[in-house]
Amino acid sequence: MTENAQTLLDATALGSIYALMAIGIGLVFGVLRLVNFAYGQLVMAGAYALALTQDAPVVLSIALCFAVVLALSLAMEFAAFRPLRRASPMTMLVATFAISYLLQSIALVHFGAIGKIVVVIPQLTQPLTIGSLHVRWITIVTILVAICVFAALTLFLNRTSIGLQMRAASIDSQTARLLGVRANAVITVAVLISGVIAAIVAVILPMAVPERILVTPDYALRETIIVLVGVVVGGIDRLLTATLGGFTIGFAVGALSGFLPSSGDWPFTSSVYLDSAVFMLVIVVLLLRPEGLFARPHRSAVERV
Amino acid sequence: MRSRARIAELVGPVAVVVVVGIVAGLGFVSPDREVEILRALVSVAIVVSLYVFVGNSGVISFGHVSFVALGAFAAGVMTIPVSLKPTITPGLFSLLADHSLGNVPSLVLAAAVGGIFALLVGIPLMRLSGLAAGIATFAVLGVTHNILLNWTKVGPGPLTLTTVPQTTGLLQGTIGAVGVVTVAFFYQRSRLGRKLRAAREDPAAARAAGIDIHRERLWAFGLSGALCGFAGGLFVHQAGTLQAGDVYLDLTFLTLAMLVVGGVGSLWGAVVGALVVSALDSFLLDAENGDVGVVKDVLGRQLWGGSRLVGVAAFMAIVLVLLPDGLTGGREFRIPRLSWIRRRLRGSEG
Repeated sequence: MTENAQTLLDATALGSIYALMAIGIGLVFGVLRLVNFAYGQLVMAGAYALALTQDAPVVLSIALCFAVVLALSLAMEFAAFRPLRRASPMTMLVATFAISYLLQSIALVHFGAIGKIVVVIPQLTQPLTIGSLHVRWITIVTILVAICVFAALTLFLNRTSIGLQMRAASIDSQTARLLGVRANAVITVAVLISGVIAAIVAVILPMAVPERILVTPDYALRETIIVLVGVVVGGIDRLLTATLGGFTIGFAVGALSGFLPSSGDWPFTSSVYLDSAVFMLVIVVLLLRPEGLFARPHRSAVERV
Repeated sequence: MRSRARIAELVGPVAVVVVVGIVAGLGFVSPDREVEILRALVSVAIVVSLYVFVGNSGVISFGHVSFVALGAFAAGVMTIPVSLKPTITPGLFSLLADHSLGNVPSLVLAAAVGGIFALLVGIPLMRLSGLAAGIATFAVLGVTHNILLNWTKVGPGPLTLTTVPQTTGLLQGTIGAVGVVTVAFFYQRSRLGRKLRAAREDPAAARAAGIDIHRERLWAFGLSGALCGFAGGLFVHQAGTLQAGDVYLDLTFLTLAMLVVGGVGSLWGAVVGALVVSALDSFLLDAENGDVGVVKDVLGRQLWGGSRLVGVAAFMAIVLVLLPDGLTGGREFRIPRLSWIRRRLRGSEG
């Protein structure tokens, strides 16, 4: 019983991290129609910043992490996203693929393939005992942070002028521009917010997921892939459905890895086949609801993408 | 005139591939360079196979490397001598463990496995388009990789497949690449190919003209899967060893990037992209080893280790940002006509 509760709580925390990344990817997709495959490399850069400033005071180290990630986000926007704005979705996706590999190989040349350990706030990885339940502080913090970010973003999108403009741009960017929304300003703000979220993930991920304590050049790549899948499965057209998709797939991965036995001869019988199980579910969902699991079904004669 | 242009679209890419093969085969290059050229030819085969679906249908696929992987493992596992199988890949089904094939049958088997798997997967998947199709095909790659990495009844699992006969030399590599290019050309010129290209340009109009988009895409997917499987067979017979990781994300990225760098819309683009990126890759590898004089003079040393990866990725990113339609702009190969060149020289009169 307690074991199940613990697995579910861990799965919720993992889902929260994936939901955060889904928000970051979904925000940029909303205003740019661009699926940013290089999002994980922002997290990677932030984690390297943390790992290299291990000896500095925590606040300074985290501030540096934010600075690095934000600078890199802006660089991506100006060097790549802006010139690509009129390109086809496929070209944009493959271009972000290339950027992701570029950043990975730079990290590989510069830092080597051997991982560096990141310990941000060691106290947070201590367990907290409630009755017979042992929960690490970071699990709770992660869930709270995700809720706060989502709440803050909802307020921002509904109560501020630039937030409303962002929503308008993501529903119909041409009409929005005709009505006086400045595309560049809206896009820059979206990219910055998505960068802030990447930095938050960079701080949380090494503490929350034990095998992510080592920063390597392909750090957060696996998470990015699964989140991208989750975002599309949830429904990439709206931020809420994208976020729910990210959370759901994270929760599914966490729960399945907790409940499946760790060995088995045939496919799908043990947790080494976790990826297969998740991806099979994804295919089934996409076949049943191609526009997204949580999206309102809309009818159009022909898909024009 | 029309038919001359049409033949040029086949002859151009084929000629380039053959010239590359001959240059390597006549001994103008070092043995190391020969291996690099052979790898480039295998890349041409994979990228053109990918083009058959992605280029003609306009639907992106991240899953094609799973067909390459199946072809490579099928051809690899079935050509290892029976006596060596228990040590190299223990735990195989007895059907796989007790039989071995020759080189050519193994390539046929690879094509069959890739094609059948693509058709089976394609029946449900080809209903999707856009991002959903991209993600679903990626999911296929994820499942295939995960199973190949762990299921030791069909392959080596987490181990490396070794002692695969290295039968794909320059002759077989060149013939293989030319074969794939030729099939791709005749497919895109056929009734089926034209229907699919029409659906790519305007799905609504194509459907109104009676084209069953799902069926046309499925044919292309199956053909493309078979070609990918065949190319996977060449891949394993060239390398001699194979791990599940060799035919996963990196290869997916590399082949897609080659296709997009060359230009998704044309066969010529697929061939050019594969060759240009391979050439850059081997140039940078040489520079890392200190074999390129110019680089040595400028830097005063050889290129830093790992620069190759950075260089290739940067080149792709730059081409995609500056030329979103790729190096060929999605156009087929044309023989420049004399009158056109003369006009160019004289200035813009026409």
